[in-house]
Amino acid sequence: MSKSVTDVICPFCGTLCDDLEVVVSDDGKKIEDIYNACAIGAEKFMHAQAAGRVTKPRMQQPDGSYKEVSYDEAVDFTARMFYKARKPLMYGWSSTSCEAQSIGHEIAEKSGAIVDNTATVCHGTTLIAVQDVGIPSCTLGEIKNRADRIIFWGCNPCHAHPRHQSRYSIFPRGYFTNKGHKNRKMIVVDPRDSDTAKMADYHFKVEQGRDYELLSALRVALRNEPLPETVAGIPREKIIEVAEVLKSGRFGIIFFGMGVTQSLSKNHNIDAAIMLTKDLNEFTKFSIMPMRGHYNVTGSGQVLGWQFGFPYAVDLSRGFARYNPGETTSNDLLRRDEVDAVFVLGSDPGAHFPISSVRKIAKLPSVCVDPHITPTSEISKLHVPVAFVGVEVGGNCYRMDNVPIDARKVVDPPEGVLTDVEFLTRVNTRLDQLIGGK
Amino acid sequence: MTEFLIKNGFVFDPTQGIKGDKADIAVKDGKIVKSSDISSKAKTIDASGKAVMAGAVEIHAHIAGPKVNEGRNYRPEDKLFTYTPKSAGKRMAGGFSIPTTFKTGYEYARMGYTTAIEAAMPPLFARHVHEEIKDTPIIDEGALPVFGNNWFVLEYLKNKEIENTAAYISWLLDVTKGFGVKVVNPGGTEAWGWGLNCLTIDDPVPYFDITPSEIVTGLIEANEYLGLPHSVHIHQNSLGNPGNYTVTLDTLKLAEKFKPKNKFGREQVLHSTHLQFHSYGGDNWGNFESKSKEVMDYVNTQKNVTVDTGCVTLDETTTMTADGPFEHHLTELNHLKWANVDVELETAAGIVPYVYSPDIKVCEIQWAIGLELALFAKDLMRCFITTDHPNAGPFIRYPRIIKWLMSAEARKERIDTFKHSAKMVEATHLAGIERELDLYEIAMMTRAGPAKALGMSSIYGGLKPGMDADVVVYDFNPQKPHKPDDIEKAFSRAAYVMKTGVPVVIDGEVVNNGNKRTLWVHAKVNENPQVMRDIKDKFLRYYSVTQANYDVSKHFVPNPYVIEVDAT
Amino acid sequence: METVTLTIKNQPTLYLEADTITPDNFSGKKASEIAALHAFEGRDQFTLGKYFEVSGEGGATAADTRIVVKGNVSRVKYIGMKMTAGEIVIEDNPDMYTGAWMQGGKLLVKGNVDAFAGIGMKGGEFVIEGNAGNYLGAAYRGDWRGMQGGVIRVKGNAGSDIGYFMNGGTIIVHGNTDVHVGTHMEGGKIIIKGNAPSKVGGQMVGGEIFVYGGIDVMMPGFKYVQDEDLEVDGENAKFSLFYGDTGERHPKRKGQIVYGKLHLRN
Repeated sequence: MSKSVTDVICPFCGTLCDDLEVVVSDDGKKIEDIYNACAIGAEKFMHAQAAGRVTKPRMQQPDGSYKEVSYDEAVDFTARMFYKARKPLMYGWSSTSCEAQSIGHEIAEKSGAIVDNTATVCHGTTLIAVQDVGIPSCTLGEIKNRADRIIFWGCNPCHAHPRHQSRYSIFPRGYFTNKGHKNRKMIVVDPRDSDTAKMADYHFKVEQGRDYELLSALRVALRNEPLPETVAGIPREKIIEVAEVLKSGRFGIIFFGMGVTQSLSKNHNIDAAIMLTKDLNEFTKFSIMPMRGHYNVTGSGQVLGWQFGFPYAVDLSRGFARYNPGETTSNDLLRRDEVDAVFVLGSDPGAHFPISSVRKIAKLPSVCVDPHITPTSEISKLHVPVAFVGVEVGGNCYRMDNVPIDARKVVDPPEGVLTDVEFLTRVNTRLDQLIGGK
Repeated sequence: MTEFLIKNGFVFDPTQGIKGDKADIAVKDGKIVKSSDISSKAKTIDASGKAVMAGAVEIHAHIAGPKVNEGRNYRPEDKLFTYTPKSAGKRMAGGFSIPTTFKTGYEYARMGYTTAIEAAMPPLFARHVHEEIKDTPIIDEGALPVFGNNWFVLEYLKNKEIENTAAYISWLLDVTKGFGVKVVNPGGTEAWGWGLNCLTIDDPVPYFDITPSEIVTGLIEANEYLGLPHSVHIHQNSLGNPGNYTVTLDTLKLAEKFKPKNKFGREQVLHSTHLQFHSYGGDNWGNFESKSKEVMDYVNTQKNVTVDTGCVTLDETTTMTADGPFEHHLTELNHLKWANVDVELETAAGIVPYVYSPDIKVCEIQWAIGLELALFAKDLMRCFITTDHPNAGPFIRYPRIIKWLMSAEARKERIDTFKHSAKMVEATHLAGIERELDLYEIAMMTRAGPAKALGMSSIYGGLKPGMDADVVVYDFNPQKPHKPDDIEKAFSRAAYVMKTGVPVVIDGEVVNNGNKRTLWVHAKVNENPQVMRDIKDKFLRYYSVTQANYDVSKHFVPNPYVIEVDAT
Repeated sequence: METVTLTIKNQPTLYLEADTITPDNFSGKKASEIAALHAFEGRDQFTLGKYFEVSGEGGATAADTRIVVKGNVSRVKYIGMKMTAGEIVIEDNPDMYTGAWMQGGKLLVKGNVDAFAGIGMKGGEFVIEGNAGNYLGAAYRGDWRGMQGGVIRVKGNAGSDIGYFMNGGTIIVHGNTDVHVGTHMEGGKIIIKGNAPSKVGGQMVGGEIFVYGGIDVMMPGFKYVQDEDLEVDGENAKFSLFYGDTGERHPKRKGQIVYGKLHLRN
């Protein structure tokens, strides 16, 4: 007999869909089927079940090969690394639970670490912009119930957040939007002819690196000030036309992604987009929201926020918290040789950081905590396999609109495999012993 | 060490009418007991020459949850050069106007506060609020979910369905682990969904065919139907606007036709919060003036209303409220960074930094109004000190407010150094008020009064045998001459604080993280299939999460103190 | 005026945080007392004396104290942080936050400075003979009160985001800058004698920017007003005046809208 688990949370992207149904074998060990998930989300569940999963920590040997060690040895090695380091980097935290993050922060405080999450290469620039000019936003249900003007700027939800448009932004029929997508005008700003752009009522093929100018031009248009003939490759008339479309809506939203957060002008692009949103609130109701990537990168920013007051790149080395992207951000730290150990949990910098940073990680004492073998685990001195959050263990997560959702456990982890929380708790306890002279 | 004797202090306890008499307070197993009930092994704390009070109770502060945290994260400059490093047993603690959770717990405790109510919990974000409460050491906390713009409430009350409203309240308190019924800008915040507002109690709420006045009266009725420990707790319409005192009086009058019905000793049906922001005269910022007298003259006659002051502290701070349209209005005035979150079916919130400058006339007048409210109050068991933290200033300034309330000299000194003191004096009453509050009155405003208004007077706010052993010793001798600043100093760093029988602060420093509890109310009602159907329907059609994922499960509230109410 | 000379003798293995190197901290102290001032490397607290040879002694006040820093200090942060008076001469290339939150006195760097030099500056004279990094004279994260006063002069080039949220004071760059000059500027003056590629004066509310060389791509919200003869940094020249950023809010004074001014040398 199989059993069905309902209201399952998808531990893939920041959309954090919470309506999945997972069919599990009677012994609670095997996932048999997944309903409602997108292709990527379903794969995430199935991946947990793949054959050949690592179930024991592995220590790098002098010849570069890996040898299985016990969790006790792994805990001791990790705690000693924190005990010795004078400025360790603790990076990742986006694919794990808030409970695990919280214990990680205790370790960080004791060892004078820098805690940074994947925002550092993603929406960190958004967070900087929010610190500079604020952010008028809303929850995703507001979009579903009210929005009639939808902008996707530098993002491609058709592929990166596959259920976003059907659950929240384009197709659903809400309280004040009973005609679904017919109620909504869709504007896409992207230099590429993406699948999202193909659906749009207006597609601005912005010149690369000129989003800041285009956003500024929309603000100029709202104030009825003169504009040059073209801005960022877009004719003046089109800019004015779209400005009118935005003003004439009842409730609008700008969703934006890494196309604007990581291209030229970075935080300034988001800053200008937020100010455009603020300006539009003088005519109608408008909101703006980042399309956050990892399913719980938002949660990492929240927990760091209430414990230390900063959303990423938090430097605890001096016994109090400091923050300044450009200095306390992972790639700057690695590039400048500012850190002397690296601990990675809930991300894969080996696959996503510039090669110069990855080389630095390979040279330093390093621990990678990840359910799988990844490019990061393969350059780390120690790889600690753990249970999958959202599949094999629950825990709190925050959606891209900051709504907290408690992820569910669907199946048991492989026998003997620790969870992030269990492993971190043991490292924390061992670190206390080392500090206490034991 | 379960027995203590706090000896020879000057005790101030309004619950027993003790006005500074020398007395001993005995503690056993976390409770206050008669001195005869403890053994000779009890640990003695010498409080001679010092003032002894119950732990203070915060009735309204924004200290946990999504907008507080957005305030933290979007103001790195609020932490610059203000951090306290970690030390043995204590986490690092930072932030001035929006402290981290650790700093929040430590700072309240050091001032002698042992209980605090988070003033606005958006139900969809309840899990977040509880995560932060869990990480706030020492103090007991409860959180008030917001109801005044909730679609269920608007729809039920449009049809005057009090029983259904009550059943919905009961369900929401249960699933969010909430403490009571908060109302913020009734109707106005829903209107903000379209960029609009409700500025009087008769402005219709767009598309919902109801007015703020109907929302408030309906919720009072439902609250008393349930017999909850706390009354409806309201942030009124038209906050912060010149001339708004008429709206304030209109709203307060709505309470006249109701009588409190509860088993908790609560006597009010409406708590009107941060009244300073609602006691404005004039019709623009030029002729802006105090209407504190008009407002307090009414409050003084109405036994079923309680208020808190919302005193301006003249600091750079961070305003944050579920009154979304107000924050938009504010950012249009000061052009500082504006954060806003509209929450589906429920509420909204906005955040804007604000600098209350002693060189700006309006800020000087606001400062005076907050103090006037307290000084005009006839019954200090119904008027409490708050700063609407962090809106009118950070809570760490309570000792300074106490100084201003206790010393006409301190007030005069402040007025004299204002840039526009003459204009401020003309627009306010404060310069002509001689009244100086005494420690007994301060104990009413910060202990016995708020505890009673919250319906928690059986365990908080006093030193009667049987109550929780929340005891504070201040290094302040009321019988000796003192300077105004001595008051501020003594209340800033309590000499000794005990929380449910555990010493948590000694000589102004935190020594123990205590055994913090989360307060929530379980109100039992008769089965109501219609409301359950409506809830299911709204989740299927309009919410962006499933109903099963809305419920805050118990592990987010690891040490609950559940208050049972039976309304069946 | 007394002179204290710091000569680096031991390089930090990580980076050294030496915010104690200011005339304010050194005044009234002997060499041995200065050597005992703290310095941080990672989580460990050491003393200046571990890293520097200290000679001379501080003057009676900060204003009477001159500090000369010699040797390779490219891994030393925060030199001159919050200094209010006196003088510092750094002969080499210091790292980040040189002269951060500086309030007065003179700071001379003979080499290059890294990022965040002079952030939150309120007063004083800060001369960099080499190049400056990003965020020169910018605001700290989240603060709307950037540089308030004082003068920063860079003889070489500067990076991006100079004068971010600037409210007052002057920044002069003799060479070129990277993108984002005077973003969110509300007051003060930025003079660039070389080129600025693009994003110049974006979201500018007030203040003045002068560019002698070229701007590759102008912001769309700048409108030409007139040509003017002006004296800038001691020399006369003809400039085209633009008002902007027209996409941004602007205050009104005496019924007139006050714009930021962008002057392009003809």
